[in-house]
Amino acid sequence: MLEASNLECVRGEKSLFRGVSFRLEAGTCLMVQGANGSGKTSLLRMLCGLSQPAAGEVRWNGAPIGKLAEDYRGELLYCGHAGAVKDELTALENARISATLAGAPVDEESARTALRQLGLKGREDLPARVLSAGQKRRVALTRLLLEKRKLWVLDEPLTALDRAAVTNLCGVIDAHLAGGGMVILTSHQELPLTGRVEHLRLD
Amino acid sequence: MAETSILSTLGAVIRRDLLLALRRKSDVLTTLFFFVIVVSLFPLGIGPEMAMLRQIAPGVLWVAALLATMLSLPRLFAADHADGTLEQMALSAVPLGVLVTGKIVAHWLLSGLPLALLAPVLGLQFDLPADALGVMVLALLIGTPVLSLIGAVGAGLTLGVRGGGVLVSLLVLPLYVPVLIFGAGAVESHIGGLGATAHLSLLAAFLALAAFFGPWATTVALRIALE
Repeated sequence: MLEASNLECVRGEKSLFRGVSFRLEAGTCLMVQGANGSGKTSLLRMLCGLSQPAAGEVRWNGAPIGKLAEDYRGELLYCGHAGAVKDELTALENARISATLAGAPVDEESARTALRQLGLKGREDLPARVLSAGQKRRVALTRLLLEKRKLWVLDEPLTALDRAAVTNLCGVIDAHLAGGGMVILTSHQELPLTGRVEHLRLD
Repeated sequence: MAETSILSTLGAVIRRDLLLALRRKSDVLTTLFFFVIVVSLFPLGIGPEMAMLRQIAPGVLWVAALLATMLSLPRLFAADHADGTLEQMALSAVPLGVLVTGKIVAHWLLSGLPLALLAPVLGLQFDLPADALGVMVLALLIGTPVLSLIGAVGAGLTLGVRGGGVLVSLLVLPLYVPVLIFGAGAVESHIGGLGATAHLSLLAAFLALAAFFGPWATTVALRIALE
């Protein structure tokens, strides 16, 4: 269970948001919405522990995430604006190396299966440099399938994806929720999810 | 996390950085060319005065190695920072210190080690005797990892700062001075007949100290830079 209490984010002299509290149970998706610049990405980075809130606290199963450190990071998968996809490496190498860096190495076969599942069949051995923006995003999203993590934090996961890929991704998220996982995501589009979805507006 | 998986992750990070360097050769070659050219310009500029060349050789080689290492520092974390890999590393279940250590080792394999291996060839231009060249290589093998370790702290601190390249030189150069003094000193005292053991021992002590504090300080610096 992830709990946020009274989070406040300050950028320069301006307070982006304050008093943000929520509680996320297993099997639930939290959709964070708000205008550009309302602090969606800042909130997600706080929830991951990449940045510290100006006030308030984030707790995972009752313990502050700062104390849990690697124990919390082992449950967490963050997919930010930058996809961490290296242009010099092939799609397959990217998938395998990012899983290894996350501390969950996978064999070649499961990486190939994950890439195929996201519609990259036949592109596995192409360098990411020649892939389109949407295909690169798909390579970044293979991490969802490869790393077995409980909490997914996805910042604008739909960017550059085509309609088929969006449907595909919704299926992956629904399967994760059905398995007792949690998802926090930001998006300007509505996602046709069948699981339990809660909304949080930052204004 | 089990020790074996930490070690295998460390190996994987090193292999990854070597693979990336292999696909993007120009970065590594720039450093090496710089080293070769700077060192080769001195004999050309000074002329064939053997005694003088022998005397300045250790200093020239070390200063060039220092500058070449520094040239490669801004790139140490920049690419990973730009494409979001560094964020992923900071959020990994593997401690960030392990991943950073892997990157520093890879940096040494791509800059320090080739410099040490090139040094004897370049040292011939300065008419250094064979045994002095051996000491030179040994001193570089002990000293250049210190340059990578200290440099990583500087690169971490200046990550994402505008004009970081200049700033990293200002930060790191003063810390490189002891390595320069004892590294060049080792060769000079060997030529002078005093033996290089004392200097090499001190260099090794620097290495132990830097290996202990370097990755930790770099990790702290990177976490600040990511915030």
